[in-house]
Amino acid sequence: MTKEAARYFVSRLVTTVLVVFGAMLLLFSLTTIVPGDPATALLGPQATPEYARRFIEDMGLDQPTYIRLAKFFGNVVTGDLGIDVISGRSVSAMVWSVLPSTLILTFSAIGLAVLLGVPLGIFAATHRGSVVDHVLAFTSVAFIAVPSFVVAIFLLLIFSIWLDWLPVLGAGREGDFWDQARRSILPIVSLSLAWIGFIARLVRTSMLEVLGENYIRTSRAYGLSERLVTYKYALKNACIPTIAVLGVGVGRLLGPAVLVEIVFARPGIGRLVYDAVTSRNYPVVQGAVLVVVIVFVVINLIVDLSYSAIDPRIRRGTTSQSQAK
Amino acid sequence: MNALREALVVLRRVCVTFAGGTGFIIVLAVLAFALFAPWIAPQDPDRLDVLHRFAGPSAEHWLGSDQLGRDLFSRIVFGASVAMAVALTAIAIALSTGTLLGVLAAFLPPRSERLILILFDVILSFPNLVLALAIVAVFGPSTTIVVAVAAITLAPNFGRVARAQTLTLRNAPFLEAERILGASGWRIVVHHVLPNILGPLIVLASMDIPIVITIEAGLSFLGLGVRPPLASWGVLIQDGYQFLSDSWIPVVVSSLTLAIATLGFTLFGESLRDAVDPRIGRER
Repeated sequence: MTKEAARYFVSRLVTTVLVVFGAMLLLFSLTTIVPGDPATALLGPQATPEYARRFIEDMGLDQPTYIRLAKFFGNVVTGDLGIDVISGRSVSAMVWSVLPSTLILTFSAIGLAVLLGVPLGIFAATHRGSVVDHVLAFTSVAFIAVPSFVVAIFLLLIFSIWLDWLPVLGAGREGDFWDQARRSILPIVSLSLAWIGFIARLVRTSMLEVLGENYIRTSRAYGLSERLVTYKYALKNACIPTIAVLGVGVGRLLGPAVLVEIVFARPGIGRLVYDAVTSRNYPVVQGAVLVVVIVFVVINLIVDLSYSAIDPRIRRGTTSQSQAK
Repeated sequence: MNALREALVVLRRVCVTFAGGTGFIIVLAVLAFALFAPWIAPQDPDRLDVLHRFAGPSAEHWLGSDQLGRDLFSRIVFGASVAMAVALTAIAIALSTGTLLGVLAAFLPPRSERLILILFDVILSFPNLVLALAIVAVFGPSTTIVVAVAAITLAPNFGRVARAQTLTLRNAPFLEAERILGASGWRIVVHHVLPNILGPLIVLASMDIPIVITIEAGLSFLGLGVRPPLASWGVLIQDGYQFLSDSWIPVVVSSLTLAIATLGFTLFGESLRDAVDPRIGRER
């Protein structure tokens, strides 16, 4: 690793740690700025006085803010996200048990989006101005614009209720891979649709940009086949912006995933947070949201670093993309 | 006057394309629904008629009725005013605070600048709906919280654009000249920086409208945003989804409305961006 690469690595790492600390501070301060008595606010008006008092003692809410903050940071660093106020279970255990399901959902959605979006984008770029190109351009915007949970509702109506092709709700029986896979199809498709459109457009734009470069003209002048020029020389460089976006993509999908999990009644981190919000169980919300943020930030970090390894211009900050960041 | 003429030229450039024209028509329709809801809606959106629940489309109920016999078309028309009120308020707040912080960041010493940028990064490290859930968990669901959440999650985008635009201006010769003439920092920002960075920010604002509509509808669909009986599109979708086994019409009609509205605003926003400056906001 060169000195320059090392410096970039360290500065990205420091920013990531600062951002995670910032997120923790934000989640923590939400509990302190809540209007009124924290116990009533967090437990709801139904809580009995004894329960509220026990809750305050258990959560350490009677201690000064800075001590609670220090405790919160200390606990998180050792992997302790607190205790569920209702069931008394450890929040970390609850999050760990549902996190894989959500991650599989979002990664599959991104995978599907790449699988369909990249070929569509290449096709549109190599057939620029054709009818198919125009149709693709319009459908891409439509896919991007329509909220995922609306797509989810329509897919559910059409494929599960009217056509009765796919099972409606739930994640499937434990250990039955085919059942689980069948029940994952609609959630994955509804999440990925927006990103199919997004990636198709991105690939089309960067392909057109790359195809106009001098080295492509030179390869053509050398008599290389169009296929070789497109797929070997152009695609490689056209993919770089797409890779950069994928990291953001997994994180951006975690939001819509909450809604899609609820539409399809699947267990997952979205379902966990939603149930915790409706039962006013803030420690679970706090822990689960923090894990979502950490996953998002770490994926971004990995993508940024691998991206800068592929394209050294990034860490020198000489491209427009890195300046915009 | 000049600004108005310029705006009309841009608008014409938006409307000549198929995408831009379609978007503009949808945007106009939603705005008309929102502004003139009491006159457009054929019935009171809250009037119950339990004997005629889940009625199909008819002359009396153009789009049928919901689980309490309320007229669906009227509720959708009033839903537009909820969506627009939330979207425009949230974006106005995000635009002003984001721009303020962004311009400030560009003029402050590096250490304070870095602090503001990290604040932006922290907010952007939450997927917007997830941050919304955390905030709702503490404050409880309400329309005000929806507006606040949308404003908080969108402000960093305005801040980044405002900062980047200001940085390109900061050392421009005409600002240098102003400074030498003794203009105050405040005067430079208000009279010279803001007018020059406003274009991209307005484009960004128009592209954020569908995002706010989606946040509002998503939260309301979860029962954590706008509260029933107020007819938000998200509330309508939630009602329809709960009574899916009785009738599929309400959920289809209300989800289609939301889909068409977000599509229209996206088409309009993107065409506006292309008409003003194709380079802005491409990364999103």
